[in-house]
Amino acid sequence: MLSVFLNGEPVKTAAQTLDALLIERGLADARCATAVNESFVPASQRAKTHLNAGDRIEIVAPRQGG
Amino acid sequence: MKTFYNTPLASPLMLGTSLYPSPKIMADAFKASGAGVATVSLRRESGANGAGQAFWELIRGLNIPVLPNTAGCHSVKEAVTTAHMAREVFETGWIKLEVIGHADTLQPDPFGLVDAARILSEEGFNVFPYMTEDLVLAERLLHAGCEVLMPWGAPIGTGLGLLNPYALRSLRAHFPDVPMVIDAGLGLPSHAAQAMEMGFDAILLNTAVARAGDPVAMARAFSKAIDAGALARAADPMPPRDMAAPSTPVIGKAFL
Repeated sequence: MLSVFLNGEPVKTAAQTLDALLIERGLADARCATAVNESFVPASQRAKTHLNAGDRIEIVAPRQGG
Repeated sequence: MKTFYNTPLASPLMLGTSLYPSPKIMADAFKASGAGVATVSLRRESGANGAGQAFWELIRGLNIPVLPNTAGCHSVKEAVTTAHMAREVFETGWIKLEVIGHADTLQPDPFGLVDAARILSEEGFNVFPYMTEDLVLAERLLHAGCEVLMPWGAPIGTGLGLLNPYALRSLRAHFPDVPMVIDAGLGLPSHAAQAMEMGFDAILLNTAVARAGDPVAMARAFSKAIDAGALARAADPMPPRDMAAPSTPVIGKAFL
């Protein structure tokens, strides 16, 4: 298990890639965007993005805004 | 009406989606106002039960263009990365660029704003910069590639109206062909009418509608005020004068 930060919270994951993390979280088909260590990772790159211990992962989705 | 990055709007009202008492009241407010654009944001979502997916369906149901923002970003890097994420999620190159420079007033950071606007414009984004009403900043943003400007009326959420009408008139006069949106700080429909009378092309607001006692009625009121202001502008208002001038004919008055 890998220890990473997901949206600021420490979590343990069996996922090796960003793509796998989204599947693990039930967000495989969700409308969302991702960043790892403050860099945007396009959806097309998620499967190739390997996770490392301590990675800071952000997943964001549509929300109300002004 | 001017177009915004070659997109004509059904209405010059750009309405925010935040702070409403319920999703239904939000949707009703949009319908009542006939708003031409919905502003949206991105926030964290960690699992399948997050609020984002239902909200996305609600927004799609409005069937109008969405303008994602970079609200809350205080650095160029944060704002640029948020814009990249927004483009992927909302499938639009439009971005309401906010680079906040002051935590209390939420005043835009003009220096960071120009840097971020240049980066995003070069990458093909259509940038709607949330800016102070500064004339020099406007010039810099246009040079950076912005084709729309969004000066604030007053700090976000204050409802104070147009705090610096002189500078806003000056902006309008210097860049008559640039589509300009008054973004933030309006509290009353009369503020919106005033902005449209001054020649601004659209109004972006959220709190004044969402925090009204009856958001749906207030949305309709803003819509009518914006239409009235635009009509008045097109009708070429009379210049103000200091001395009285009788409107009733002087000649022909009975000698009594």
